[in-house]
Amino acid sequence: MIIITVINLIPPGLILVLGALLIPCTRGYLRSLLILGLPILILFLIWQVPDGTSLTIPFLEYSLQPIHGSAVGRLFATVFAIMLFAGNLFAMAQARTTELTAASVYAGSAICITLAGDLLTLFVFWEIMAVASTAVLWSAGTDESYRASIRYLMIHLLGGVILMIGIAGHVNDTGSIVFTAMQTDSLAHWLILAGFLINAAAPPLSAWLADAYPEASPSGSVFLSAFTTKTAVFVLLQGFPGAEILIYIGLFMVFYGIIYALMENDMRRILAYSIVNQVGFMVTGIGIGTAMALNGAAAHAFTHIIYKALLLMSAGSVFYMTGRRKCTDLGGLFRTMPITTACGIIGAMAISAFPLTSGFISKSMIAQAAIDEHLATIWMLLAAASAGVFLHAGIKFPWFVFFQKDSGLRPADPPLNMRLAMILFAILCIGLGVFPEPLYAILPFDVDYVPYTTHHVVSQLQLLLFAGLAFFVLLPQMKRTLTISLDFDWFYRRAFLTVFQNIFSVIWKADHALRQAFLVRLELFLSYLSQRNKGISNLLSHTYPAGSMAMWVAVILATYLFLSFITH
Amino acid sequence: MQSNQEHWLVRASTIRRLSIISIILLALTVAPDFFLSGYGHFGIDGTFGFYAWYGFITCAVMVLIAKLLGLFLKRKDDYYHRD
Repeated sequence: MIIITVINLIPPGLILVLGALLIPCTRGYLRSLLILGLPILILFLIWQVPDGTSLTIPFLEYSLQPIHGSAVGRLFATVFAIMLFAGNLFAMAQARTTELTAASVYAGSAICITLAGDLLTLFVFWEIMAVASTAVLWSAGTDESYRASIRYLMIHLLGGVILMIGIAGHVNDTGSIVFTAMQTDSLAHWLILAGFLINAAAPPLSAWLADAYPEASPSGSVFLSAFTTKTAVFVLLQGFPGAEILIYIGLFMVFYGIIYALMENDMRRILAYSIVNQVGFMVTGIGIGTAMALNGAAAHAFTHIIYKALLLMSAGSVFYMTGRRKCTDLGGLFRTMPITTACGIIGAMAISAFPLTSGFISKSMIAQAAIDEHLATIWMLLAAASAGVFLHAGIKFPWFVFFQKDSGLRPADPPLNMRLAMILFAILCIGLGVFPEPLYAILPFDVDYVPYTTHHVVSQLQLLLFAGLAFFVLLPQMKRTLTISLDFDWFYRRAFLTVFQNIFSVIWKADHALRQAFLVRLELFLSYLSQRNKGISNLLSHTYPAGSMAMWVAVILATYLFLSFITH
Repeated sequence: MQSNQEHWLVRASTIRRLSIISIILLALTVAPDFFLSGYGHFGIDGTFGFYAWYGFITCAVMVLIAKLLGLFLKRKDDYYHRD
């Protein structure tokens, strides 16, 4: 008990951040014990945190609240710890030490945010998270991942600055740093909202996600998929529940994700776009803002982390074993990768919200909230989007990677640790779908929702199976091409560059011409002057008569003589 | 050498069988609407086979939008790497 009391003086997430620093000092079994044991210890500690603020630290004239327990925070912290455990299991045998360390710091700072009671603590860990996630990207060790990580960092530092300005404004307006629900009623609050939304991959800056995540290592993209966007969902849930604009932002993200994933050829980029799509469902739920909607958003974040990690583990295994990422290069892998295929399909069914999978019991609460609030249009769009999820992630990913054509590749299933991690999460995807009660019990509001009604099961099956029919009917329209799709990142990767280069080349040309013209004029002017004054002995003369020279020499000598007299 | 025998899943006979099973499944999911029809929150969702036709049509629309947008947005995948 004493140990627990002492440990309770340090935020659980911070223990993880500090513990992560031991990872580079260990190797072999000790390291395995550390990276698998730490998340379990942290999970235990998270559940020891009581509701309300249990630690305050005075700072300037404010008091920091680094340990502030809440139902939503505990829910997110729990799934973050579970995610880190499975991610570490997946990564432990082949990931670099840098990646393992950075991933634990990344998860630890995300957990710190879920337990932060004030905006300053939140901001500090927000920034640590940005740096740690960049390090995860970096550890892939390729040129492309380095360049992508710099672009990624730029966007997140920009988001951090916007958030910082918003927080400063908020503190200035209210005199308090406590992190509570806010209204979109002042510039400061809009800036905080914008800072949060940048991490959620909301428009217009959504492109950073699909630009960066697919460049990470096979395990790196698994870690990356979980923490940044879902921490953003957490802070939106706590900070802006019921902000109406989030409904429209969320719906945009939902369809943006689907359309871009449909155009995409890179399997991990398909899944990256699908993260934006899924976060869109959560953001829409937060915008609706009723207890049902917020429960739905929180539950969906929980289940999403697990099935999205599972999908990326499956894609990561394929990438690890074949070194290929493009649908045009893949296909027919089900023959030799049965476990990866089965786990990929389970993840795909969960993201599509098939009955008996985790997506079914979480996403439907958001749709139910739209029904309860009589938001017909929004409900229709959400239903269309649910069909679209099956289309772009549920079938497209497994079909093009594992079936489609025979690519001739015959890779085996990945090593044991990677298989175990996938199997663990596949079990969780189905377990949560069959027994939703434990998840419902830890949601922020009391759950008054029964997912398994005849009507709901039948309607969902109709929606999904006919979406599947549409996929196969329209398959010729979806022939993979060796292309990428332009997105907002085109502006900062191409347009600004080209525009600046062009502007400067014009400026340089004009500058050069001006200087040349000026020099020519100057030359002409000088030679004109020297011609005019030639031989007449004044300051502007180019040549002087000999008499004038002799006179001046005489003057100098006379001056010299005079000076020698007076100084004597 | 690969075995000449194709994997059972990709044989023409299996694919034909799978297609038949799929069509039966599709029909089966719509069948309950004979009894459940009219159960809707907004009117339109109570129509016969609503989720079936709505899912199919919206997916077709999304594929077409992606196709159209692709005409404008797709670039060769070394677009950003050409120096």
